[in-house]
Amino acid sequence: MKIPAGMEDGGSHPVAEKVRERFPSAFIGATLFRGDLSIHLKKEALFEAARLLRDDPALDFDYPVHVASVDDMGAPERFEVIYDFFSIRKKHQVRLKTRLSEDDCTVDSLTPLWEGLNFMEREVYDMMGIKFNNHPDLRRILLPDEYDEGYPLRKNFPIEGRGWRDTFEFLES
Amino acid sequence: MDVKETTPTTEQKPSLPLLRTEELLLNLGPQHPSTHGVLKVVLTLEGEKVIKSDPVLGYLHRGVEKLAETITYNQFIPHTDRLDYVCAMYNNFAYVRAVEKLLGITIPERSEYLRTIVAEVQRIIGHLFWLGTQALDIGAMTVFFYTFRERETLLDIFDELCGARLTTSWYRVGGVERDFTPKIIDDLYKFVADFPSKIVEYDTLLVNNRIWLARTKGIAVISGEDAVRYGLSGSTLRGSGVDYDIRKVAPYGAYDKVQWTVPLGRNGDTYDRYWVRMMELHESNKIIKQCLDQLPQGDYKAYVPQVVAPPKERVFTDMESMIYQFKLYSKGFNAPPGDIYCGTEAHKGELGFYIVSRGDSKPYRLKIRAPSFIHMGAFDYMAKGYMIADVITIFGTYDIVMGECDR
Repeated sequence: MKIPAGMEDGGSHPVAEKVRERFPSAFIGATLFRGDLSIHLKKEALFEAARLLRDDPALDFDYPVHVASVDDMGAPERFEVIYDFFSIRKKHQVRLKTRLSEDDCTVDSLTPLWEGLNFMEREVYDMMGIKFNNHPDLRRILLPDEYDEGYPLRKNFPIEGRGWRDTFEFLES
Repeated sequence: MDVKETTPTTEQKPSLPLLRTEELLLNLGPQHPSTHGVLKVVLTLEGEKVIKSDPVLGYLHRGVEKLAETITYNQFIPHTDRLDYVCAMYNNFAYVRAVEKLLGITIPERSEYLRTIVAEVQRIIGHLFWLGTQALDIGAMTVFFYTFRERETLLDIFDELCGARLTTSWYRVGGVERDFTPKIIDDLYKFVADFPSKIVEYDTLLVNNRIWLARTKGIAVISGEDAVRYGLSGSTLRGSGVDYDIRKVAPYGAYDKVQWTVPLGRNGDTYDRYWVRMMELHESNKIIKQCLDQLPQGDYKAYVPQVVAPPKERVFTDMESMIYQFKLYSKGFNAPPGDIYCGTEAHKGELGFYIVSRGDSKPYRLKIRAPSFIHMGAFDYMAKGYMIADVITIFGTYDIVMGECDR
């Protein structure tokens, strides 16, 4: 992986080393930016790598911080799912990133490992349309269940929204 | 006593052939006065016992994260006020810290102290608001009037500071909007001298109140391990005895320059979370007093003209500053490409901002880690097996604000 300008290579970070050792083929690279370590992984290994992060006593990532998603419209692998973890005992942080293509935007859910990810993954599904395999309860969370106008945080979703607003006669365009 | 294990589930229902029992589905909210906003929970009940609860969120969803992608970094500051509208200052603080981490700038020491003082004042306001409403939910109405008396004093200080009481927008990327006036410092000194005696007054209303104890002790118990797994944070996590406070783990502001301790609960019930917050009132008071004593002289804004608007006096007299001011407010500043997460210990828990920058003056993606939202994820687990009346106290013990939860 090419390290972007302004970032440092995080490959020699002990956490990144450990993940690379266990998953050499799925490990794409690691970056350090402003002290945040990000590990880029292929999506097939995400679940097992997360399990390693949680169960390895030297890593001990027990605290799920947040789940985010990014839409790079036009890129061959359009979506990126981002998990942040923190270890309360060891006081270190890691960020897992995995890219998904638009045709197959599914990824293994990490809710079986950390229950707290349940709502956070539901939010990513709701806002970005990424489906999590083995998620216990994958429904929309902030938008209504019957909402069918798409996923608002995708870059091709208009900022003013879709649907009933288009029928307003007093709106010109 | 572990309430969860003694609860009869649907499978082990006592078989009484003559007594017809059935599960009842109850919609609590969204317009229930004690749901702290527009929160709806679908409860599955067996008699008065909660078997399953399903929070239905999103009644206050305003698409703030989408909106952030269309406006510059500075323009987003007023939007953060509307997240947790009870504690606007802390939201501003969390957001500007994240942007500063992205930009890699440091701010003057006086500014750090000013920020810490105001943040702790905001924490006191938040905890007073929480104490008043939680006691009101449980039926002790008097506490509400007492806490709002002090809250009003502090809101007047905010009024003096920035002209607003609730939607403050006082923090800026690179510093704060304006310095303290001598009157604010006097008022704050007066407040911190009085406040410990006020906390004693709240205690006299609650500590020996049998109804309060019965309604909080042993209710909504969550162990430290579970609380961590569910991502709980702030006083809700520390009530279960987990020593995790970002102000200590990764100190920011002036928190590492003053003496204070992190209060920890033991049992992880509603009472311990109440106790932790009451102790935090004392600690906040100590922090404010020490910061006021140590308040250094200096600038209240960093001098990074490409990013931070120059002081108004210079804008009116100096051409360079005028140009920077114009460029900043018309186009904004460009942030370096990269992504950062920055968590801040707001009074409800860990409020974090994850910002992805592609080198523009607008964030490419901005994600808000809202503690209220994540606490709602543990709601089903914590409410299971308790009475329907306890559900209301669980909302209170999370200190939930829907503006932040639904964003």
